[in-house]
Amino acid sequence: MPADQGVAVPTGLRRGKDRGTRALTPVPYRVVSRRRETDDVTTLSLAPVAGVAMAFRPGQFNMLTAFGVGEAAISISSAPSSSGPLEHTVRDVGTVTHSLCAARVGDLVGVRGPFGTDWGLAEVDDQVDTLHTLGGTTHAHLRGDVVVVAGGIGLAPLRGAVYELLARRSHDGGGVVVCVGARDPSQIVFRDDLEEWTRAGAEVSVTVDVSAPGWTGHVGLVTSVLGDAHFDPSRTTALVCGPEIMMRFTARALTDRGMDPGRIRVSLERNMQCGVAWCGHCQLGPFLLCRDGPVLPYAGIVAHLLTEPER
Amino acid sequence: METADARLIDAQGLDAVIAVLGELGYDTRGPVVRDGAVMPGTVTGVVDLPVGYHDEQAPGHYQLEYRGDNTVFAWAVGPGSWKAELFPPTQELWRATRDGGDLTFSEPDADYRPLALIGARPCELAALDVLDRVLRDGGTPDPHYRARRDGAFIVVAECGVPAATCFCTSMGTGPGADVGFDLALTELDDGAGHRFVVRVGSERGAEVLAGVSSLPASPANLEGRRQVLAAAADATTRQLSVDGLGALLARNLDHPRWDEAAQRCLACGNCTLVCPTCFCSDVRDTTTLTGEIRRQRSWASCFDLDHSYLHGGPVRATTSSRYRQWLTHKLSTWWDQFGTSGCVGCGRCIAWCPVGIDLTEEAAAIRSTDGAVRPGAAPGRVSS
Repeated sequence: MPADQGVAVPTGLRRGKDRGTRALTPVPYRVVSRRRETDDVTTLSLAPVAGVAMAFRPGQFNMLTAFGVGEAAISISSAPSSSGPLEHTVRDVGTVTHSLCAARVGDLVGVRGPFGTDWGLAEVDDQVDTLHTLGGTTHAHLRGDVVVVAGGIGLAPLRGAVYELLARRSHDGGGVVVCVGARDPSQIVFRDDLEEWTRAGAEVSVTVDVSAPGWTGHVGLVTSVLGDAHFDPSRTTALVCGPEIMMRFTARALTDRGMDPGRIRVSLERNMQCGVAWCGHCQLGPFLLCRDGPVLPYAGIVAHLLTEPER
Repeated sequence: METADARLIDAQGLDAVIAVLGELGYDTRGPVVRDGAVMPGTVTGVVDLPVGYHDEQAPGHYQLEYRGDNTVFAWAVGPGSWKAELFPPTQELWRATRDGGDLTFSEPDADYRPLALIGARPCELAALDVLDRVLRDGGTPDPHYRARRDGAFIVVAECGVPAATCFCTSMGTGPGADVGFDLALTELDDGAGHRFVVRVGSERGAEVLAGVSSLPASPANLEGRRQVLAAAADATTRQLSVDGLGALLARNLDHPRWDEAAQRCLACGNCTLVCPTCFCSDVRDTTTLTGEIRRQRSWASCFDLDHSYLHGGPVRATTSSRYRQWLTHKLSTWWDQFGTSGCVGCGRCIAWCPVGIDLTEEAAAIRSTDGAVRPGAAPGRVSS
């Protein structure tokens, strides 16, 4: 919108031309398309009203504003290399997410971000066995095979990562394994993507906790398909996102297969109200998850925190 | 700060310091007696300060007493900290008006009249340093905090009369102040009369003091200051053993003491309100009747169930887990997050807890039974 628009500015207020210092003011994006993933999950495609869309890395999140209702932390579900719109996949679980899921094409949604740590895919290109720091813990960089394990809508922040990994696979040579678990067949998100990833050479397994008429696939927890997945634990990095209990058992299954906990990355979630380490809501032990997370290596204190959740 | 250039003023001199600050355009704020407590308020001279007031503090107890003497700073901190001056309980972040299909945003200016904080205690300076790390010196500075903080002129009043709840000597934050002020006062009330030793901590502090009639502080005056601070340190009997405290608490998350504290804790959040470093905030959007959208930030408390709300319910559903979050954050994980203790030893949370829970006592109880585990805790939990 034009910045010099003739709207009276109340005394003591000024328009946010210097928005760089006003970290809590969202940038308006418009809904350009929407896709229903399940009965309560919707993917919104967003394009900025003015300027170009933000740069981000897979695994990061944005604060999305439903104007007049409030704001919620939502993972970016598109891939950075995609020339298409910025996508967020939202589950309708509260007032703000309900409004976001109800947004129509043409509606405005506020976007702040991107915030937080990412899956750390950048190191793949280096092809050098260096170390890097993620969440304060030094661990081996991402190379070799990659196992992506998702529970339910936990696939959203991993979707962009899978596309990036498949695009790099031609010169990296590592395998991409995707294990997806859902409560029942109706809760499987990104079905088209799952088929596309299989065609692109990924080993994709889908399992449901509870079957339904017409389902001919695997039934069981995601850890049960993980046991049959093909990867070399000594040269594999795992990217895991889902409910905490799912991540706990997935990490245990991976370490049981011989994986170094430092090469298992999990995406953690807490209440978030600012994204810039001011509000204190996203604390998890020593971490402020908006700043130190959401992606952290499943080593040391993180494993400890996931073993005994708060109560 | 060197004491070689220290000056000496009397109560009229302090009056003049406040007047000069007012003439320079500062919003002069200082301790005043309000609602039976020493609270921050507007001061235009010594007459507005708590002259002749003394306090009695204990766990769950705060009582002011007016004795009518001429002492100005013979009390310890009251419930209102300077946090509220620099990080107000509510702050509008932006508002937006709808214009057809578009939105026009406006944001409150951060051009604040500079504050002069007169009579801040050394522990409160330490608290501002803690808040700076969160709201000013992290990756994203809060423009409102930064503007208020960077513009503030600080006149610290060193402590001569600590309360029974004070434990600044354990935290290394008092009773004297070495850095972080423009002017530092030490009240002397001995055989030679009622005066203040004034030390200069900044150029602008020197400029303000130059506008006031003062004498060089004599060696006897400096010895008087030393004795005041030594007596205050001796009178500070409450202690918190900080040696290895962060690691101690981190390895005792399943200690039965958390549940015992929760038997007394009302989860009222008083401790977080009076704490000079608690910084948690909620962000809320509202819409006016004319359709204008406003986003406001307001203080929050980790004792509030909604603080940890995550789709479906609170992560910390029990009072035990919320008390543990507060105390471990203050004394342990604050170090991980911001490289400092979250506690400055002001003792407010002890005095203003309605049931008198004392964090120094809780930490000592855990230290004395390090490694104890509550019944029902998950077996095999690793210590970190």
